[in-house]
Amino acid sequence: MTNLTLLILVPVLTAIAVMIVPGTKNIRWTAFVGSLIQLGLSVGLLFSYLGERAAGNSAQMLFTTRYSWFPAFNIEYFVGVDGISVTMLLLTAVVVLAGVLISWKMESLNREFFFMLLLLSVGAYGFFISLDLFTLFFFLEVAVIPKFLLIAIWGSGKKEYSAMKLVLMLMGGSSLVLIGILATYFHTNTGNGAHTFDLLVIAQQHIPVGTQKIIFPFLFIGFGVFTALFPFHTWVPDGHSSAPTAGSMFLAGISMKLGAYGCLRVATYLMPEAAHYYSWIIILLATIAIIYGAFATLMQTDLKYINAYSSVSHCGFILLGIGMMTKIAIVGAVMQMVSHGLMTALFFGAIGMIYDRTHTRQLELLGGLLKVMPFLGVVYVIAGLCSLGLPGFSGFVSEMTIFVGSWQNPDTFSRVATILACASIVVTAVYILQATAKAVMGPITNDKYLTLTDATWNEKLASVVLILAILSIGLAPFWFTDLINNDTQLIMNNLVRGLSSN
Amino acid sequence: MTSDFFILMKSELSLVFIIFLLLILKVSDVFKSNSAFSHFSNVLLVLNFVFGFLFNSEGTLFNGMFYTNSALALEKNILNFGVLVICLQAFDWLKTHKHVAEFYILLLSTLLGMFYMISSGHFLMFYLGLELASIPLAALANFDLEKRKSSEAAMKLILSSAFASGILLFGISLLYGATGSLLFSEMPMLITDSPLQVVSLIFIFTGFAFKLSVVPFHFWTADVYEGAPVAVTSFLSVISKAAMVFVFISILMPLFASAKDLFYLILLLSIVLTISIGNLFAIRQDNIKRFLAFSSIAQVGYVLLGLSSGNSIGISASIYFLMVYLFSNLAAFGVISIVSSQSGKENISDYKGFYTNNKMLSWILAIAMFSLAGIPPTAGFFGKMFLVTAGASKGNFVLVGFAALNMVVSLYYYLRVIKAIFIDKNDEPIASISGSISHHIGLILCFLGIILTGFAGGLYEYIAIAFKL
Repeated sequence: MTNLTLLILVPVLTAIAVMIVPGTKNIRWTAFVGSLIQLGLSVGLLFSYLGERAAGNSAQMLFTTRYSWFPAFNIEYFVGVDGISVTMLLLTAVVVLAGVLISWKMESLNREFFFMLLLLSVGAYGFFISLDLFTLFFFLEVAVIPKFLLIAIWGSGKKEYSAMKLVLMLMGGSSLVLIGILATYFHTNTGNGAHTFDLLVIAQQHIPVGTQKIIFPFLFIGFGVFTALFPFHTWVPDGHSSAPTAGSMFLAGISMKLGAYGCLRVATYLMPEAAHYYSWIIILLATIAIIYGAFATLMQTDLKYINAYSSVSHCGFILLGIGMMTKIAIVGAVMQMVSHGLMTALFFGAIGMIYDRTHTRQLELLGGLLKVMPFLGVVYVIAGLCSLGLPGFSGFVSEMTIFVGSWQNPDTFSRVATILACASIVVTAVYILQATAKAVMGPITNDKYLTLTDATWNEKLASVVLILAILSIGLAPFWFTDLINNDTQLIMNNLVRGLSSN
Repeated sequence: MTSDFFILMKSELSLVFIIFLLLILKVSDVFKSNSAFSHFSNVLLVLNFVFGFLFNSEGTLFNGMFYTNSALALEKNILNFGVLVICLQAFDWLKTHKHVAEFYILLLSTLLGMFYMISSGHFLMFYLGLELASIPLAALANFDLEKRKSSEAAMKLILSSAFASGILLFGISLLYGATGSLLFSEMPMLITDSPLQVVSLIFIFTGFAFKLSVVPFHFWTADVYEGAPVAVTSFLSVISKAAMVFVFISILMPLFASAKDLFYLILLLSIVLTISIGNLFAIRQDNIKRFLAFSSIAQVGYVLLGLSSGNSIGISASIYFLMVYLFSNLAAFGVISIVSSQSGKENISDYKGFYTNNKMLSWILAIAMFSLAGIPPTAGFFGKMFLVTAGASKGNFVLVGFAALNMVVSLYYYLRVIKAIFIDKNDEPIASISGSISHHIGLILCFLGIILTGFAGGLYEYIAIAFKL
């Protein structure tokens, strides 16, 4: 289990199989088995990764595979993983499995639906293992088609507007990334004026600081659009609320993490000097996103909008962690990526299940659901508690780590930002508890709800998988920090180099 | 010498042979039905395409008037393939047409003209080829004999072609006056940046710009595309464009070798105008042929972006892109042609709910749109990416940024088509459409091309090696 290409091939083959097999039932099972195999592969990868590290393999990237793809441009199919990518792959595999399970009852065009879901996951898997900027960009863009079609065909509400807005904004982000990548490419020199897209080689090249300062904003803002960097977050509420349940889970759980991973791995890692130079802007924007997202959530009455705006706030924590540029803060940022991915997938899953039954997401129309649907209600409460950062869940661990890391920066500006970010947790608690209290507690507001049924086996399985993943980080965070510790150290080394030459 | 003659001109001779064979068969009335005639001609075209890969060699004929090498042979093969696909897709339309033989003969004459144009080593030869490539095309544009719009298209095409030729000839005559030569092998040495020569080069560029429908010389494009039969429109938008880009590379770029800065400046202006005007007008079109006309204008802008680098990377990227563009555009036109021939509908709004009755055709049209927009995993992504990369090699990142952001604009209007197909509701969607086997083969070839060309790094290498300067 060391061939990373399998991680791309399995979902591709599953997607093709989904298009071929006859019958609704077979389609579901194919998608399910495919994602199960994929999860198995990812867990296998985790163990073989830990095994290699325990055996003393200290290479920066493990299990690398390299093929020359377009030699004229030095484009390579170059994949490999470190601890950060392994965790992101695990996150993706878990969310995909849960997403497939949640969509079990998808009636209309279910063949196409599962095909699109799997294609979206191919983009994520490929993105997280790519070590070549061109390959990375390729996989980033692969997700465009499924994102648009998933929202526009199977979505609800003003779906066409949302799909168009989301895709165009993300495409705008990726065109900024493209400019950044090309500029980086043409500023590398591997001898004889040859250029390279190889991420590891570029990290060793000392791109002039002046150039970095021009390229960095393109890369960071470009990837930032994906991860709801303020003020480019406006696609998030519309996109998430219009998407079908599994679509929202994928978008918030995986897609937004592509951006965060890109900000960290590409922008910050490759341009350390510029990252330091611009860090105050990143911190400022992240803090605004955190506060603004939290207060905007307070005003929402639609369950999906609540989660969408809170995603803006939570993704702000990731960017804050990256912007603070201390090792602990970056470890926290990576943890927050995984934690938010799992938590928000669970949240959207729960909301989707509620909506399937009550046909409304309006807070004022819901109430007392815990009484008729105990399992679902509990899932919703757990997602909420994780979101507000209750100890024991992953949210607490990751946010706490970010705050500790941020506090290490002694300047007043960072301190103020940290305090403000901490304070936003109170607001989070307010809106989460409000929403929970209104929707699942209290008296039953509508007699029709009395006849509703609780979660089916597939929904239960999806929730359990996600909750287990959340708990495994929340209750035992150390295996997780150990996993990513070494690799954040490498990123930090580059950043320290950046600091000293600034 | 005689054996040279046959080997070097084998692509042209094989076309001439097919043209005369078809002519004789038409006169002797061997085939009783249109389908039989089409099938026979298509088989000939397949053989012709295969033949294009055999016995390739390098050399000149007629004192440097005619020139060929492996790169030019590759260009001819691309064109051969495109014409084959167009003929396959035209099968259903030609089945009931009165003049199927004439269609083939005119189409192949045009192709023959392009071959001579590509292989020309002398302005005289080039001009002959150019005219041979334009005049039969105007006749073809009029091939929907009972439609007024078709005649209008033909008229506009012939007038604008004549005008473009006039400007081109004016430029050529000035250049001849200044240098005293018309041989391409001699001219780059003789050209300086004296004002007269610069003016003549600009005139020649304008002539090319007309044919390539570079803004501001694009006005004929949309009307001609809309009026002409779909098969001819696809020929115009793919084959004519590709052939013009080929000669742009092999003839125009060397001419400008001593005036590089001027050339870059002109290209810069053309790129910005072509991409933005093409995109802006494409947004507002409802007729799908007009829509594709403007989108193809924008695509030409991207090709020019690649060529603006002026190095071999830009050239191979452009050739590669043209191949991808050929697959994508022909896939789109393939669907449009069959829909138009069976239901007569040609508007984007007619395509609402297309997916309900035509699953395969919808997917192919959608993939073609995504490929044109440059979204992976389709080949269009790679094509666009390499063009932009080549454009960036000059270090002008403002231009690259402009091109990259315009990809977002273009995505918007391609998504409009996708939206109509998959999402918009329609009470009377287009009924289920069944094409012939030929048509299916044409579509499948394009589909495979769109999916596989991108991943095949070897193909790009093949082009890059052929065009190594």
